[in-house]
Amino acid sequence: MTIALALEQLLNGIQLGVMLFLMAAGLTLIFGVMGLINLAHGSLYMVGAFACATVAAWTGSFWLGLIASLACAAAAGAIVELAVIRRLYDRDHLDQVLATFALILIFSEGTRWLLGDFPLYLDIPPLLQGIVTLPGDASYPVYRLAIIAVGALIALGLYLLIGKTRLGMRIRAGESDREMIGALGVDIRTLYTLVFALGSALAGLAGALVGALQSVQVGMGEPVLILAFVVIVIGGIGSIKGALYGALLVGVTDTLGRFLLPQLLALFVGPSQAGMIGGAMASMLIYVVMAVILAVKPRGLFPPAHA
Amino acid sequence: MLTRENTVNLLLALLLLVAPLAANAFGQPFYVTLATRIAILALAALGLNLALGLGGLVSFGHAAFFGIGGYAAGILSSHALSYEPMIFGLPGTVQMPVIWIVAVIASGLVALAIGAISLRTSGVYFIMITLAFAQMVYYFAISWPAYGGEDGLSIMVRNQFPGTNTMKPLSFFLVCYVVLLAGIGLFALIRASRFGAALQAARQNETRVATVGIHPYRIRLTGFVISAMITALAGALYADLNRFVSPSMLSWHMSGELIVLIILGGTGRLFGPLAGAALYVAFEFALGGLTERWQFFLGLILLGVVLFARGGLLGLLAGKAKHG
Repeated sequence: MTIALALEQLLNGIQLGVMLFLMAAGLTLIFGVMGLINLAHGSLYMVGAFACATVAAWTGSFWLGLIASLACAAAAGAIVELAVIRRLYDRDHLDQVLATFALILIFSEGTRWLLGDFPLYLDIPPLLQGIVTLPGDASYPVYRLAIIAVGALIALGLYLLIGKTRLGMRIRAGESDREMIGALGVDIRTLYTLVFALGSALAGLAGALVGALQSVQVGMGEPVLILAFVVIVIGGIGSIKGALYGALLVGVTDTLGRFLLPQLLALFVGPSQAGMIGGAMASMLIYVVMAVILAVKPRGLFPPAHA
Repeated sequence: MLTRENTVNLLLALLLLVAPLAANAFGQPFYVTLATRIAILALAALGLNLALGLGGLVSFGHAAFFGIGGYAAGILSSHALSYEPMIFGLPGTVQMPVIWIVAVIASGLVALAIGAISLRTSGVYFIMITLAFAQMVYYFAISWPAYGGEDGLSIMVRNQFPGTNTMKPLSFFLVCYVVLLAGIGLFALIRASRFGAALQAARQNETRVATVGIHPYRIRLTGFVISAMITALAGALYADLNRFVSPSMLSWHMSGELIVLIILGGTGRLFGPLAGAALYVAFEFALGGLTERWQFFLGLILLGVVLFARGGLLGLLAGKAKHG
């Protein structure tokens, strides 16, 4: 094991963490403001990826695809909020789970209907192709570094949006007392639609960015959705700061676990056995981390103060 | 007492028995298999209904127990057929009663561990954590190659039940039907018992339960474990029905479908899972015959039920549930 390889794996972990943050931020924002658990968040991730791949194939431009992914996911989110989600705010969590589960079925089969069963592929834009050399003779794809940069920018942007703008102030007010800000004359229904569209756009962006690393296909959002759930449970549901730390923790733990555990076990048992047991253990690692954190802090690392 | 709900329940139970008998008499074994699928899914959902309907515990991870039951059947029979001993030198078996006991004990232990951690939380946290733990079991099954990994495990010959030939569709249906009736009976007993009353009270008003000296956590954990055991038993039967078990039995779609069955039938009601399973399999069969994209329409129907028809099928047929 070399330093270069370890550095590469660490960066992969951070990159995964950043993607998870984009997903988890939307989920946690929607839960924090509207009290809604949204299983269909993974579908919006898928919508973003498909929009990007389709538009990029038409126009030949990844960047237009990226804009399309934001627009399509935000639009899909707004439409879903107006048609369905809006009726669920006053319902219990079971109804929310079921209705958004139904939305997943509709989104997945609808996408297959429109675009066929075959996965689409998305090329990395020429500007971001290639590899950079890092200290210690490590080399790393520019595109993955760009994803990390985008994630950092979005985190900063969300911090400024929520902490420093009027819209952010309303979102925070919505989190602490929904009825009061309604009574103060803020149009709460529009605010909800905006928040939902914002969360959807973030999910769509994540889908589009990941689309260039793997194939774009129906069902791609579901594994990410469940990891994002783990992230917000660890971070504290409703906390964007928790989502950021949780996402990085999950991303790095998962990636390094898959890399290190088989090697660690190889010290004790044969290499093929180590690969098998280590692989199985590594796939469970983040859930063990989650269980340990919940055993100590049942409401996550950064529980929102008012909830 | 022959209330409207009891009449509907009785009719449902009779229909599930008479339909496959008739299908068998007319030489249509396919419909017998369909009825078997209904009975098994109903049993799985019945288990979940104990946690979800009575205890108000929205477990989004019951596929884990369903799959553990399935793998108990698959693993035990594969060892029996290969004559390779398992850990501690124990032999495999093809006898269903032994498999069921193993399935129930194994799932009970896993449910104890998952429940002990998950029940420290509530609401959305509980939903997401049970989902996450089920995913953990799912990924473990995928990455553990000894029993087929991602490809799953075939059961060459359906496991045996003393005194019957389970390879005959009708015989296997009757085994499943009797197990389902026993499950429904157990559910009714539990619901009427002191424990069942405490479980329901803990859903309705946790503080009041604690005030009269009952520990809600222990009651819920017990309910969660029993619930998992029933679902695991259904999982063992399901693996035998398909003669195949794979990680898809553990997937979160399965967990979602189990909840859907309960809601389609009517939450917390004795025959809700059976009504829901019958409706679900009928949808699957009817819509699946019309279009490959039947899940799209299932989604629309489910959305309609959640938004506009909250009582489910039994709510429609037998009026509102007595307890809210």
